[in-house]
Amino acid sequence: MHMPPPDEALIARRDEIVAGLRAIVPGEGVISTEAERRAYESDGLTAYRQPPLAVVLPSTVEEVSRVLRYCRAQGVKVVPRGAGTSLSGGALPLADGIILGLGKFNRILEIDFANRCVVAQPGVTNLGITLAVQHAGFFYAPDPSSQIACTIGGNVAENSGGVHCLKYGVTTNNLLGLEVVLMDGEVVRLGGKHLDAGTLDLMGVMTGSEGLLGIVTEVTVRILPRPSTARALLIGFPSSETAGDTVADIIGSGIIPGGMEMMDRPAIHAAEDFVHAGYPLDVEALLIVELDGPEAEVDHLVERVETIANRHGAVSCRISQNEEERLVFWAGRKAAFPAVGRISPDYYCMDGTIPRGRLTEVLTRMAALSEIHGLRVANVFHAGDGNLHPLILYDANQPGELDRAEAMGSDILRLCVEVGGVLTGEHGVGVEKRDLMGTMFNQMDLDQQMRLKCAFDPEGLLNPGKVFPELRRCAELGKMHVHRGELAFPDIPRF
Amino acid sequence: MADFRPTDASDLVSILAWAAAEKEPVEVLGRGTKRGLGRPVEAAHRLDLSQLSGIRLYEPAELVLTVGAATPLAEIEAVLRDADQMLAFEPPDWGELLGGEAGGQSLGGILSCNFGGPRRLKMGAARDHLLGFSGVNGRGEAFKAGGRVVKNVTGYDLCKLLCGSYGTLAALAEVTVKVLPRPEEEATLLILGLNDQAAIAAMTEALNSPHEISAAAHLPAACGGLVPGVAGSVTALRIEGPKPSVVARLGVLRELLGTHGEIADLPRGQLWQDIGDAKPFAGLPDHVVWRVSVAPSTGAALAGDLGRRLDIRHFYDWGGGLLWLAVAGAEDGGAGAIREAIKAGGGHATLIRGPEDFRREVPVFEPLAPGLAALTARVKAGFDPQGILNPGRLYRDM
Ligand SMILES: Cc1cc2nc3c(=O)[nH]c(=O)nc-3n(C[C@H](O)[C@H](O)[C@H](O)COP(=O)(O)OP(=O)(O)OC[C@H]3O[C@@H](n4cnc5c(N)ncnc54)[C@H](O)[C@@H]3O)c2cc1C
Repeated sequence: MHMPPPDEALIARRDEIVAGLRAIVPGEGVISTEAERRAYESDGLTAYRQPPLAVVLPSTVEEVSRVLRYCRAQGVKVVPRGAGTSLSGGALPLADGIILGLGKFNRILEIDFANRCVVAQPGVTNLGITLAVQHAGFFYAPDPSSQIACTIGGNVAENSGGVHCLKYGVTTNNLLGLEVVLMDGEVVRLGGKHLDAGTLDLMGVMTGSEGLLGIVTEVTVRILPRPSTARALLIGFPSSETAGDTVADIIGSGIIPGGMEMMDRPAIHAAEDFVHAGYPLDVEALLIVELDGPEAEVDHLVERVETIANRHGAVSCRISQNEEERLVFWAGRKAAFPAVGRISPDYYCMDGTIPRGRLTEVLTRMAALSEIHGLRVANVFHAGDGNLHPLILYDANQPGELDRAEAMGSDILRLCVEVGGVLTGEHGVGVEKRDLMGTMFNQMDLDQQMRLKCAFDPEGLLNPGKVFPELRRCAELGKMHVHRGELAFPDIPRF
Repeated sequence: MADFRPTDASDLVSILAWAAAEKEPVEVLGRGTKRGLGRPVEAAHRLDLSQLSGIRLYEPAELVLTVGAATPLAEIEAVLRDADQMLAFEPPDWGELLGGEAGGQSLGGILSCNFGGPRRLKMGAARDHLLGFSGVNGRGEAFKAGGRVVKNVTGYDLCKLLCGSYGTLAALAEVTVKVLPRPEEEATLLILGLNDQAAIAAMTEALNSPHEISAAAHLPAACGGLVPGVAGSVTALRIEGPKPSVVARLGVLRELLGTHGEIADLPRGQLWQDIGDAKPFAGLPDHVVWRVSVAPSTGAALAGDLGRRLDIRHFYDWGGGLLWLAVAGAEDGGAGAIREAIKAGGGHATLIRGPEDFRREVPVFEPLAPGLAALTARVKAGFDPQGILNPGRLYRDM
């Protein structure tokens, strides 16, 4: 993994820069000792580590704005950070850049049931929002597995999803408003408590921008009334093919479950050994289908899903009879990552999406890749929307294994793109998939994206080295290349 | 003055490369049904995309559809209906409202303006359903973004940006959208005779219940006529889903809302289409029409306030969050009063229908705060540095 070469002259000015930052954010809000900076050296993608130049933890929008203005004037790069759970290295520090941590922005500002929304600071955890409104029967729908820890600001930056986004949408579909500080210190408000932008949807493009466009300092999210019931089916299949066909048939028959998750044999066994959820061990694929909504609807759909599963040769099917049992069904799936962590010293989590119908083919070819690279793989995925999370098992202490795991990961993602899918469904490009962007986009596609970046951050100081395989100057990107003589204009049909 | 009609994406590249090189602005048209909406475009040439039409891929099991951007919506909806599917954002048709005919618009057009109908409340707007596109920017360069799957965070979400750009960032060549199963059953419950405040209170109670309301609108008596046989005001709530679910929820809602007023059932019909299409205002050609998006709880006070200052008719969609206004007589079409009134609670007002001269003078779209206006202009320049795509359509100097 190559990061842009750090600016040594700037690193040499660390003391001066720290002093400049302290003048804006007093006291413990600026962290400069080596030991403390190390605490920020990586995010959820722990293979990469780099202590930052300094860490700044502002507590007001005014401070954020002044820090950015200062950094811009000094040419200091800025890496925003929420809880640091990114799995793609989005919050990986730079040696010549500061970490701008939003941890002190941890208050819920307003709960507005009449307009079904919550206004929160970006450092509030995802689960914190649901916890603040559940007494009144509401919840915030996108529920990443990291929801106890990850922040709503990080969710916006990554456009995060969760097991329930098949029915309720991902972050972008559940946002109403943002306050954003741009790299020049300007504070802009996008949206509010009303729907839609009216003209250019800058909130939409901020969402999923991986900290490259601006610092999110306030978020307004939509909350929903909690469904009156939820029931889950735990269905075992003799093959991933039959499980995949069941998924296609459920959706094809017009049912959109609250969640629909699949696990393959290695993942089932790891999860069962870990949490003893009662998963069947003699099956090749396990499907958890959750139906939520009004009671009458849920009972009706549970029956229909069971019929569909049986038609496709399900070998076992359990239906949750109470809330406790439903949670047990989920326990294994929710613990799948740590469970796999027990059977292998390290694992590498991938995140491609494929068209649902190509599932069997992709699994077969993934098994072949597993042979080629000599590494095992366990699969959990959001089956309803084709979002795969293959976990590649490796041992970082064995020389070369990390490289092999990364090579296999790249092969899997290329395969996803080849069958009509994409490199990342919810974890983001970050540094991890940066160099694979060319498999999905050509240079013109990427140039257009980078020109958008230039509109927000012309000097490229916000989170550089992420998302784009090549750093290009905005002046260069803005040039028009006119080839007057070569235009095919005369041949154009004119009417 | 030329009329360009590209037959494929490479034609489109040639035309826009020429236009960029010569700094010749073009008016971008899908099927032209919304020419009368927005600021009048200041361009000598027309870029008519109507030949970029046709269904390229439709996989019902994958819930995905790819079409040429100017494919008529009617053609798409017919194909979807055959497979019991739909565009869940319930695209409205304002052909008649704008003084023309219904049924002519293209999918690319509706996406570019990001319009959604009554179901927007629950299922999102056009922007929530565009998965990917290819098009040509104002530099004459073909580019693409997004993909054909729903879960996708690869690169910036340019799909969101294109929805609501009104053809000012790129000319769309091909679009891929998410489609969804059509609900097996739908039912609409009416509450009769409520005033605006009471109607919003009733809609809020319904929307805050777990009964999955898919549309909530209020028609004051003056906007009546959509529900046969009812003279006073009508508050309408729609529920959709499998039959047993609809039946059960209808029962519960009837009880829940009975305390608010007299309840009636409405047989499946035209009501929601009519509300989305702003039918009550199609027959008022002398009125200027506004579509105002606000926090739902502020809708009734807003309409009350405006009613005292202007000669208006109004109705609500989206549980009170979408206020449709028809204004008569006011010199500025009510722009000043409306925009002043929404300042406190936030939101935006769009002039949907008004005479051409008027649309040149009065800001059609909500004016932006200075910092946001500057950012918007920079974003525009990132796609169209010479300003050749629909100049003036959104804002006077952009
Ligand atoms: C065990 C585990 C399970 C996970 N499960 C899921 C899952 O189910 N679904 C899913 O989508 N993701 C999942 N993730 C990934 C991760 O939790 C999400 O991407 C999350 O949104 C990151 O939030 P964070 O606060 O930790 O952000 P960070 O990791 O701190 O930052 C993520 C990115 O956002 C930027 N950023 C953070 N805050 C701001 C801000 N205020 N303004 C601007 N930019 C900002 C950073 O620069 C970085 O690029 C999982 C991660 C782990 C470790």
